[in-house]
Amino acid sequence: MDFYLTALLQGLCFSGIAFGIYISMKIFNIPDITTDGSYALGGIVTGVMLTHQYPLYVSIIVVLFAGALAGAITGLIHTKLKINALLAGILVMTALYSVNLTIAGRSNLPLIGTASVFTLFNLTGDVNLNTFWVLAVIVVILISFIGYLLKTDFGIAMRATGNSETMIRALGVNTDRMKIIGLALANALTALSGFLITQLQGFADINMGIGIIIIGLGSVIIGETLISWLRLTSVWGSLLLVLAGAVVFQLVLAVTLAMGVDANMLKLVTAVLVLLIVSLPRLSFIKHHD
Amino acid sequence: MIKLDNVTKIFNRGKANEIKAITNITLNIVEQDYLVIVGSNGSGKSTLLNLIAGSTLPSTGDIEINGHPVTHLHDYQRSRWIARVFQNPLSGTAPDLSILDNFRLAALRTKNKGFNIGTNINFKKQVQEKISILNMGLENKLEQPMGTLSGGQRQALTLLMSVMDECKVLLLDEPTAALDPRSAKLVMQTANRLINEFKLTAILITHNLKDAHAHGNRLIQMVEGEILQDYPNEKKLNLTQNDVFAWFS
Repeated sequence: MDFYLTALLQGLCFSGIAFGIYISMKIFNIPDITTDGSYALGGIVTGVMLTHQYPLYVSIIVVLFAGALAGAITGLIHTKLKINALLAGILVMTALYSVNLTIAGRSNLPLIGTASVFTLFNLTGDVNLNTFWVLAVIVVILISFIGYLLKTDFGIAMRATGNSETMIRALGVNTDRMKIIGLALANALTALSGFLITQLQGFADINMGIGIIIIGLGSVIIGETLISWLRLTSVWGSLLLVLAGAVVFQLVLAVTLAMGVDANMLKLVTAVLVLLIVSLPRLSFIKHHD
Repeated sequence: MIKLDNVTKIFNRGKANEIKAITNITLNIVEQDYLVIVGSNGSGKSTLLNLIAGSTLPSTGDIEINGHPVTHLHDYQRSRWIARVFQNPLSGTAPDLSILDNFRLAALRTKNKGFNIGTNINFKKQVQEKISILNMGLENKLEQPMGTLSGGQRQALTLLMSVMDECKVLLLDEPTAALDPRSAKLVMQTANRLINEFKLTAILITHNLKDAHAHGNRLIQMVEGEILQDYPNEKKLNLTQNDVFAWFS
């Protein structure tokens, strides 16, 4: 049981990445892979701040700001220099590796005896259960914030930017600025996942971001599949299903590992899993109409 | 209302594929003019409209709208005065957003898109009233995504969206080109109605010479980036449809 609880906790920690990818990929229609870099940046900054005994609330603000800055740079390169979004993301992600190494000063930062967001309050004696409640509160705050934002006039303009750029420019929105803000927001959320995971696992590592984008993509794609099955159009419903996607993704990986799959094969299993989820709707589509 | 002074637009300047799309055009469109522009493909009609809207900026020359110099303003800055309807019904609306959300953005064309929720009950009522004049039965489908509607419905709604906020200039870029005859008629009727009711200055680009003859109070023919003929209202009234057809034969 503990095994699955851990997977659930990881899933909740990764909800930030999932919402980030949801915003960049689904709302802005931009394939942003700054993620790997901004996630590790979030983790490394958390490690440095906490080992230097900065309070949690200062640390989280710095982490969010660092992630937003990374995203904004990708956005600037993409919009102002007219460089393909994928390449812009790769450039920033690559540069961030050195930045992270410089900030950390070494490749691994263990968190021993530092403050942790998971001990902010103590509801139960069970550490894992308490972690769950802390994460639940964080996730509720995240969903409320993003959900409200997307419903505001500004949020509608964000959604229109990825949906019909000619229209929204004709309606007075500077789409370049909007995309930069969107990517900043997406990567701030990604960095938040780095912040949470670092404290969950008790260390920050320079390589923690490698391939992490697949988790966000997988979560969003599971969410999207559920959304189209349920024919949902509401913002809140979509966010909840993306969150469900993040959790389901981790649970499926946990089950795979529990079945005795070699841990070295984890990335392969992850890739195949995402492939399966992406192709599933298409496979069933063929059956229905042939 | 709109003044173009010696405007030239050259694409790919200095390259082998240099194109002079607009050459030294000087044009003065007065308030409440309804200008119709005809011309064959590549004559520069759309470029002229894009120059006025700010989607492309001129190579040389000056543009003024409502007394403001706008030569270097981008399209999203000129939306203070200008509303647009595009040739492609997909361009004027956001397909994945609901009708209501589309109208909300349109209602804020000249304003800031802030952090409050504006799609409240009052706003819904306001949109329902607006849409009901189309008699399409869309007033009870405000939550439906725009993409589920037909091209004709979307063009008609785009027109209505243009008057959700203060509007001085309406640019119609072949708004009926992608529509069937019945939808096209409805869209042109709606356009005329709004132009009269809201006293708009309008520019219509069309390949439909019947429309060009029937609508507007000024007719311009463009050829190779220049204005070949300019018929003000009194001269336009004397034109027959066959005269206009003869320009293209």
